Parts: sequence; C-alpha cells; structure tokens
Amino acid sequence: MTAYIVRRIWQMIPTMLGVIVLVFLLFNWVGGDPAYVLAGKISSAEQIANIRRQLGVDQPYYVQLWIFIKQVLTGNFGASWSTNEPVSHILATRLGPSLTLLIPWLILSTLISIGLALAVAYVRASLTDRMVMITCTIGLSISILVYIIVFQYVFAYKLGWFPVQGWGDSFWQNLIVYASLPIIILLVVSIAPDLRLFRTFVLDEINQDYVRTGRAKGLSENRIMWVHVLRNASIPIITHVMATLPGLLIGAFLIERFFSIPGIGREVILAVERSDFPVIKAITVYVAAATMIFNLLADLMYKAVDPRVQLK
Amino acid sequence: MPFDIPHTVSPSLWALAWKRLRADRVAMVSLAIVALFVVQMILSGAGLIAKDWAKEAGVNYAPPTLQGPDAESTGPAAAAGGATTAQAAAEEPTELPVQDPLADALAAIRGETKKPGGTEAAAAEGQSVDPLADVMADIRAKGTKADVAEARAATLPLGGDKWGRDVLKKTIKGSETSIFVGLAAAVVATFLGTVFGAAAGYYGRWLDDFFNWFYSVFTAIPYLLLILAVAAVLQQKGIMTIVLILGLTGWTGVFRLIRGEYLKHKGREYVQAADAIGASNARRMFVHILPNVSHVVLVQLSILTVGFIKAEVILSFLGFGVPVDVVSWGSMLNEAQNELILGKWWQLAAAGTAMAVLVTAFSLFTDALRDALDPKLK
Repeated sequence: MTAYIVRRIWQMIPTMLGVIVLVFLLFNWVGGDPAYVLAGKISSAEQIANIRRQLGVDQPYYVQLWIFIKQVLTGNFGASWSTNEPVSHILATRLGPSLTLLIPWLILSTLISIGLALAVAYVRASLTDRMVMITCTIGLSISILVYIIVFQYVFAYKLGWFPVQGWGDSFWQNLIVYASLPIIILLVVSIAPDLRLFRTFVLDEINQDYVRTGRAKGLSENRIMWVHVLRNASIPIITHVMATLPGLLIGAFLIERFFSIPGIGREVILAVERSDFPVIKAITVYVAAATMIFNLLADLMYKAVDPRVQLK
Repeated sequence: MPFDIPHTVSPSLWALAWKRLRADRVAMVSLAIVALFVVQMILSGAGLIAKDWAKEAGVNYAPPTLQGPDAESTGPAAAAGGATTAQAAAEEPTELPVQDPLADALAAIRGETKKPGGTEAAAAEGQSVDPLADVMADIRAKGTKADVAEARAATLPLGGDKWGRDVLKKTIKGSETSIFVGLAAAVVATFLGTVFGAAAGYYGRWLDDFFNWFYSVFTAIPYLLLILAVAAVLQQKGIMTIVLILGLTGWTGVFRLIRGEYLKHKGREYVQAADAIGASNARRMFVHILPNVSHVVLVQLSILTVGFIKAEVILSFLGFGVPVDVVSWGSMLNEAQNELILGKWWQLAAAGTAMAVLVTAFSLFTDALRDALDPKLK
C-alpha cells in the first residue's frame, strides 16, 4: 500500500512538470512579452525595460522557467498585477467562500442523485423512468446561464425569498442566507447529468446474479437496493465524484460571479478580465496538483469500497 | 467463358447504421431539427436571411407582436443610457433624461466669470447657459427627423432589444455564430485527437509514452480553467480565436478512445495483410485502420459539437468569446440579464429556447447515432 502511494506520487512529477512548462509557455511565450501586458497602453520604453527586469523576463528562457518552478514550490507568486495583493493571500482568502458553497452542494447533489438513480433504475423502462429521463435531457440542454438569470430574478429579485447577491463575514450567515439560492441552482443544474450517469451505473448492477440470489434468499427489496446494489454501483460513482471534485472549484465560477461570492472561480474570471497573469498561473498550477491528488485518493477509495480491487 | 457466380452484396456498416437510425423515430426528428439549424446557419452565413440584424427596426425594447405594443415603452429606454439618448430625447423633449451632471457647476462658473454676484438665478435656470444646450437641441432635431424617416415598428415578431433590433434576426444570426463555432472547434479537436491517438496507438513505445504524458498534462488542468487561461493570453478576439481555443484544448477525450481502438486494431489480420502487400505505415494507419474506427470518430465529433456550443455561449457571455460586433447566443444572454430586471424577457426567452432546442435535438441524435453505429454497446 505504502509502496503504491509512493510510486503514484513519484509518477506525478513528470505530469506536474508538464503542467508547469505548459503554463509557462502559455503565459511567457504564446501571450507575447508579459511586460507589455502589465505596462498597459501608456508606457515608455524605459518603463517596459524596468518591468521586464522586475519580472525577470529579460533573462534567458531557462532562467525564467527556473524562477517559475521556484515560485510554484515556495508558493510565492508575488503580488497580483491589478490589486497588488499577494497571490498566496488571494488564494487563501478565496478558498473559504468557494468551499462554503461547494461542500454542501456536493453532499446534497451526490445523495439526491444516488437516491433518485436507485429509484428510477428500480422502475426501469416504466413511464416514470422515461419521463424522468426526458426531463433530465431537456433540463441538461438549457444553458446554466438561463437557470441562473431566471432563478435570481424570480426567487431573489421578484419574490425576495433570498438576497439578490452578497456575502458576509459570519460562516453561518453565509451558508444559510447567501449560499442557499446558489446551492439550489447548482443542484438543479448538476442533478440532471448525475442522475442519468448514476442510473446507468445502477442498471449495470441490477441484473447481476447476486441480486437474484438476494431475492431468492428472501432479502427485502430495500436491502437489495440500498445495501447490495448501492455498494457495487458506488465504485464508478466514487470515480466520477472524485474526478469532478477539483474542477468544481472553477465550475462554480458563473454562480460566484452572479451572486458576488468572493470565491476562487470569481477570482479566475476577474483575473482573466484584468490580464492578471500571476493569479491565473497560480490557480492553474495548484488546481492541477489538486486534480492529481484527488485521482490518487479516488483509487485508494476503491480499495476501501471494493476489497477485490488490486492496486498495481 | 466466365461463370456468372450469383452473389449478394452484404450491406456496409454505414448502410446498416442508417437503416437502424431510420427506424428510430426520435433520432429522425432530432436529425431534422439539427438539419434545419444547419441550413439556417448556411443561409444566414451566405447573407440570404437576417442580413440586416443590426438595423434598428423597432422602437427600443419593442415587445413581441403577440403581447402588443408597450404603452410606456420610453421609460426603460431612457434609463438605458448612452446610445438611446437621441431617441429618448425625441420622444420626451420636455424632460431630458440625460442631464449633464456638470451643467449646473459649469453654468455657475461661467456666470461667476461673466457677472460676479447674483449668479444663483442664472444657474437655477440652467438650460439657457447649459453649454450642451445647443448640442442637445441638435440631437433632438436629428432624432425627430430620423424617427419620421424610418418609422420604427411598435412591435416585432419576437420583440426588440435595447436599440430596437429585431430579436428574431439576432437569434438567427446568433445561431449561425454558435453552431459554426461548435462545429469548427469540434472538427479541429477531433482531427488533433485522431492524429495523436493514431500515432500513439499505432507506433507505441516512446511516441505512446510521449502522447500519454501530454494527455495527462492536459487532463490534469480542469477543462474550463484551461480555456480561461488560454483566453486570458490570447488578447485579440475573433471567431477563429475561440475556435482555436476550444479546439486546441478539447482533443483529450477523442485521443483516449482512438488510441485504444488503434491498439486493438494494429494486430489484426487485415493490417498484417496490408503490411504483406507493402502498404506504408501511414497508409495502414489512415487508409486501412481509420475507416474501421471512423464510427468512434463520428460519435465523438457529435458529442464535442454539443459541448463546444455550450462552452462558446458561456465564453461569449463572459465577454471572452466573440467580438462585440458579432452576435452570439452568449452575448444575447448577457444583454438579456439586464433587460430582465426591466421586465423585458423576450431576448432571454429567444436565445435560451433556441439553444435548448438545438442542444436537446443534437444530444438525442448523438445518443441514437452511437446506438446505431455500435449496437454492441446496448
């Protein structure tokens, strides 16, 4: 087990280097000289030379790459180009609001989707099943933008059930008052695809021999579905949830933007709008690292759920 | 004398797939809807329909015809600011909606320099000393003239936007942009994924290692974040830019599948036979194997198109997508967001519905296509 984890972490190094080189090439080479971006429209040759020296872009490329690698390792990306706030401070303060939104959403979304998927798969090919699937397909096709705009208008602006936008300092106030409508919208958007996917996972299990054996020995339908089928279907479900987890940090960016929630996703949008390269670079590299770690955790969780799985 | 051996031609994979697809009623309806959208895209691209979408055909925020003309249509128009000033001024000449905030101060200063003492009265009267009074009068006159000349419609089939442009035409033009971007980006991504996947799967060894590493690098970064990072770097906006952004970042799924297919196929007898008759590597890869995996390519192309249409809408909504002089469903939704607060729901409904219909039809068609091409999956 330990040997496996060590080997997996060892294998992450070339991928991580690749991510660093990709981000480096993107921002230092494809995008042209960053000094011109930072200096903006009004700039003299002298100013640009100054900025180039500050950023280190007057050095050869391999030196610049080394500077970037050191930044990634020490977590010191310098200051944001637009607000002068240290990038590490931006990341630390924006993570909280994002997680306040994402953790309750992820838990609710997964539980509701699993429950519905088991129910729908149990009555498979019935009218209920087909109606639910059609609703899901249509629901999936409506842009998330439309959901956000309409829900915000109807439930916050017209009916006044929720604040239109905002964020406070108290965790509970944020969670109950400000995060509830965003979480509801995210649930509406995410349950449709998850339900469709989880239903196929459950359907793969529901015709297996062990289900028939369970019925034959007189187990209740509830026990068959919630204990036997669910445990077997949970392997692909865990893969799916773990694989989407780091992406969610960014995926909620539209919600964060509409509701002015100071999270990571909104920070990315702001950084792209302001060409704030250090912030985008830092977020990209760290989210990529998180993705790799979560993939490893997903593999370790299979082992916990299904002892037959051999980690190689 | 040659014998005439009776033989039956067995139907090809494509003929069989088409037959299965024909039997599927949902698939045929969705195919018809998708075809309708594509025809509309070509027509509007050729300039045959919706060419004058930018023309201000109706009054500002002209409501849809079914709802009937709006009694107080000038109210929100006045609040909309900038571009509507001329028209609003024409309709409410007594009550200028946009006051120069500096007018009073300027008037006061000017009054003071001219006749020191007792300036308050002059400042209060305002308009006579307003330095913009002449300009405003000019605009007012022009506005009236323009109104008489064009006679804008009070209602439009699907309503009008802030400037009175026809929402129906904008939706058609927006579909052209969104579908074109979706299709073109999907072609780029599928091409890259197929070539990379074929090379990695066919040659194996270090090339496979290299492409697998490349794949793991690209998949380590969440897709939306990668798109936003590339959008941040590419400063110039344009339809081709967004096609490239989506295409260059979206090849990973195709790569994984095609690589697997090539690994499976390269050891088969027909490839060995091709080797025996002296076919080159490139010929074996693209002439012999590719047709046998082309159904995978086609399904991926279809899946990617739907995904890219959705991605383009989000990018354009955020202002990282198409340039401002091009209309897309995303930029329409962006305008609609502010219009909804004023109660002007029609642009949101038009863009949202058009997109939902196309994406639903395309997704259903993709599912049917996959089932038809690969019945084993069922």
